[in-house]
Amino acid sequence: MSERRITLAVNGQRHDITVPVRRSLADALRQDCGLTGTHLGCEHGVCGACTVLVDGRSARACLMLAVQAENLAITTVEGLAPDAAMLHPLQQAFANNHALQCGFCTPGMLTTLVELLAENPSPSAAEVRVAISGNLCRCTGYETIVAATLEAAAVMRGEAA
Amino acid sequence: MKPAPFDWHAPTTLAEAASLLARLAPEDGRVLAGGQSLLPAMALRVARPPHLVDINRVAGLDVLAVEGGLLRIGAVVRHVAFEKPVAPGPLGALLAEVVRHIAHWPIRQRGTFCGSLCHADPAAEWPLVAVVLEAVMLAHSLRGDRRIAAVDFLRGLLDTALAPDELLRGVEIPLLPQDACWGFVEVSRRAGDFAQAMALVVLRLDAQGRIVTPRVGIGGVEAVPRRLAVVEAVLEGQTPSAALFAAAAEAAAGAVDPMEDAAYRRALTRTVTLRALHQACPA
Repeated sequence: MSERRITLAVNGQRHDITVPVRRSLADALRQDCGLTGTHLGCEHGVCGACTVLVDGRSARACLMLAVQAENLAITTVEGLAPDAAMLHPLQQAFANNHALQCGFCTPGMLTTLVELLAENPSPSAAEVRVAISGNLCRCTGYETIVAATLEAAAVMRGEAA
Repeated sequence: MKPAPFDWHAPTTLAEAASLLARLAPEDGRVLAGGQSLLPAMALRVARPPHLVDINRVAGLDVLAVEGGLLRIGAVVRHVAFEKPVAPGPLGALLAEVVRHIAHWPIRQRGTFCGSLCHADPAAEWPLVAVVLEAVMLAHSLRGDRRIAAVDFLRGLLDTALAPDELLRGVEIPLLPQDACWGFVEVSRRAGDFAQAMALVVLRLDAQGRIVTPRVGIGGVEAVPRRLAVVEAVLEGQTPSAALFAAAAEAAAGAVDPMEDAAYRRALTRTVTLRALHQACPA
């Protein structure tokens, strides 16, 4: 089977790994880099659970090959919090608003919404809904996710939530 | 849900990509661009190409420029590039409206305009745009470039005129005149889902307010998006009115031969045509 030795830059850390060329970026993150925060649901681009940031732009990690990600900066859910003691404002808002229950969709929700808030610091509820229209949640429902995002946006703008 | 094993080739020049394809096409080697349709098909093992020629690193395929009255779109230009107008006048605005209907944001950041044309899904938006706007496809191989009109390029369900060893290096779309009016309406089950029916209308009004050179295309209903000449004939030379648009929409519903759910898709065809006409110009 065709393999390549590649270097992935994930959350600011280098990972020198050898992967079959057919391995998805999502599987490489989980199996070769040990970063299991990126979840795989449908594995064909429909559920959004595996969404990561590639050079700051959201992408389905199941629809990219690991070998295609060389020389690109990957951010996964593990890379969102500034340090082990402090959550990203969006993660904190998810906790405050009960925006996760089983947590399976959460990594993809967070990466997608981090990108939204970087581009649009004051989204409307409707814009948040459009942003996560490609992310399926099967337990919490979307109301609290939208509420958490609006709260995080306010916090990130420096306003009291 | 893992693709079957394959070999991956990442050329950095067009010449290298063409010679790889010439060598690997007989073994069912395929071009990989954005991968947002091919990789799911491979994960589901509907497609099992033993070789992928990845064109993402090929220099010069990311061109997106207006020159000589044409918008030139290179093979790896992503959908997301069209969210802000990329051409002056109505064309840029039209593409910016259409792109919002394509899948979801992360998919649009990776998937490509040209890839959508090569995939030729009947429910995809860009093939309809290419047909209505009379785009020209630039197919490249070791034999050189071949220019193919969109209407000839799209041959059937997931079927194009591209030879196995050719890659779609780019697409050219003529700019629309400044006074062109347009309307685009799509019905899908959910935001970002495939179109069940969509209509793209482009027309101009003469000094007397009569419709000239109307173009009406329907996608998502038949195997290939196409312009409906009978509908265009209903509109040509007429003064816009609610009655005229209703007659045109009725003609559209009668002209299509839906792949499935015939009565429903005809009803949708009537609706999207009517709405697109009203969007294009006040009745």
